[in-house]
Amino acid sequence: MRSLPRSVQVFLLALTVLLAFYPVFGEMLVGDRYDYWLQKLTSVMILAIMAVSLDLLVGVTGMVSIAHAAFFGLAGYTMVMVAPEWDAGSIWILLPAAVLAAALAALVMGVLIIRTHGIFFIMATIAFSQMIYYIFHDSDFAGGSDGTYLFGAPTVELFGRELLNLSDRVTLFYVTLVSLLLVYLLLRTMLRAPFGRVLFGIKENEERVRAMGYNPLYYKLVAFVIGGTLAGFAGVLSATQYQFIDPSQVNWHLSAEVLIMVILGGLGTLWGPILGAFAFEGLHYWFSSMTRYWELPMGVVVILMVLVLPKGIAGGVMWVADKLERRPSQKVQREETAAGRPMEVKHD
Amino acid sequence: MTDTVLRTDHLTKRFGGLTAVKDVSITVGQREVHAIIGPNGAGKSTMVNMLTGHLPPSEGQILFRGRDITGMPPNRISQIGIGRSFQRTNIFPSFTCRENCWLAAQSRLGNSFRFFLPASRYQRVRTLAEKGLELCGLSHRADTPASAISHGEQRQLEIGMVLATEPDFLVLDEPMAGMGQEESHRLVSLLRRLTTDYPLVLVEHDMDAVFSIADTLTVMVNGEVLASGPLDQVRSDPAVQEAYLGDGEEAY
Ligand SMILES: Nc1ncnc2c1ncn2[C@@H]1O[C@H](COP(=O)(O)OP(=O)(O)OP(=O)(O)O)[C@@H](O)[C@H]1O
Ligand SMILES: [Mg+2]
Repeated sequence: MRSLPRSVQVFLLALTVLLAFYPVFGEMLVGDRYDYWLQKLTSVMILAIMAVSLDLLVGVTGMVSIAHAAFFGLAGYTMVMVAPEWDAGSIWILLPAAVLAAALAALVMGVLIIRTHGIFFIMATIAFSQMIYYIFHDSDFAGGSDGTYLFGAPTVELFGRELLNLSDRVTLFYVTLVSLLLVYLLLRTMLRAPFGRVLFGIKENEERVRAMGYNPLYYKLVAFVIGGTLAGFAGVLSATQYQFIDPSQVNWHLSAEVLIMVILGGLGTLWGPILGAFAFEGLHYWFSSMTRYWELPMGVVVILMVLVLPKGIAGGVMWVADKLERRPSQKVQREETAAGRPMEVKHD
Repeated sequence: MTDTVLRTDHLTKRFGGLTAVKDVSITVGQREVHAIIGPNGAGKSTMVNMLTGHLPPSEGQILFRGRDITGMPPNRISQIGIGRSFQRTNIFPSFTCRENCWLAAQSRLGNSFRFFLPASRYQRVRTLAEKGLELCGLSHRADTPASAISHGEQRQLEIGMVLATEPDFLVLDEPMAGMGQEESHRLVSLLRRLTTDYPLVLVEHDMDAVFSIADTLTVMVNGEVLASGPLDQVRSDPAVQEAYLGDGEEAY
């Protein structure tokens, strides 16, 4: 993973700052829709955590998984089941329990399917996630098809003192924003480390990776578990936000939507899929305000995007950045070589 | 050439009804260059694939430094020191040349479950990767994507990547495949340099290359060994002359 051009870094930082200040200027901007958009942005950031963690599998390692929602929903259900029925549970119990459940599910699923490739891998992930879906849909223990409620957002206390109030919407907004940034930075660090180089290698030429002395299965399995665990983490945030969970959050439809976010945003870039989540949800909002059949125009947009911008939004941003930085031409090139950039592995 | 490094015993590979390699027993000693030649479809690549774990033999045994490695997977074979190059260029096209060698070298860390320190901070990997680049003569192309270099350079990179894994035995499958004249010359001189450090199995079509560096020659036809032994002896074997080398070989 090579470092990004300066102008792209600035662009992404500006977007982050803009987002971070929404609670400050949002009221001026959207008036009494402020609260709606605060929640909307929070939920989009949660989806962005899903998307960036799915990119680790799909964009980086080349494993197209349609099981991501299974880990997301499983974590939410675990929270509901572990929490007391008539009281808010403690985050120190709920978070580890939920994330661990997602990690374990990813490990079990991974062990069973990691040897398959291509379409067989995709089918196996769908099959597994639908199994989990029907467990929650058809049995009574978690509300069946109606779903079930969490009694209040988890408490965050240390020695009896409340550190954060997660039912406060602004607090949750910032907790989610910081989570998204941390997940992004964590994955970026991993991709710059030896682990990431092997994953990029597997996507490009798994046979050669094996011939050079690595067992690709272990690396793929670990990537799969990391991705599933992070999806579970997103599930915790989501269950905290809505305090409600139903089988639709385990369904492969959600997985497929997140996959579209990743493709829309730009495979293997990490930051692209985050933008992809915002773009997808923005279009979703816009189209569904016009028609009940929002999937239709969405499908057209996705097809057009893939044709016009095969590297997604990230590809488009990189293209613009390239144009911008080329203009004062030679200077930039000299800087690049002087900074020894080539040592930073791999981009797109 | 006294102590045997690699030995195959009655190695056989069948694909359904087709016997691609039949009862091949060869030995490769310390510092020995063992060339395998033969017409298309003779079973040379199949032989290589068995040596490096890419195909399990149907019958027979492979011993490396006295250890039975029959049926070991390619990643373990690589880790015990057998480096292999491919007949069909098998690189990472979107990686730069340095990144190609880097990933090869990094395999010597034992494992790459290293998540936090940037890869570029691993000094030993850097040294190995640069050495691989230098040996294969691509230092000046280090930062060029592998997809953007010439076919001949990709063949060089193929070998650079093998060398970056710090092997102590080489198995090269037609390293000169599809190369132009001048590029071949460069590669031959690289191979000649390698022969001083590594025992190697060399599969090759290019006769001049084989005759200039091999110590031992095995001629395969239709999966079977036609002749095998010291270069000069096999070269003058009448059966070989007739079946494989043909008329064009009177020159020497
Ligand atoms: N995986 C496979 N499945 C079935 N048949 C195979 C397989 N690999 C090789 N063969 C067959 O085995 C025979 C030997 O093939 P091999 O590739 O070993 O020949 P070779 O000596 O390397 O030829 P070349 O000089 O063309 O590289 C051929 O007839 C080939 O079609
Ligand atoms: Mg061959």
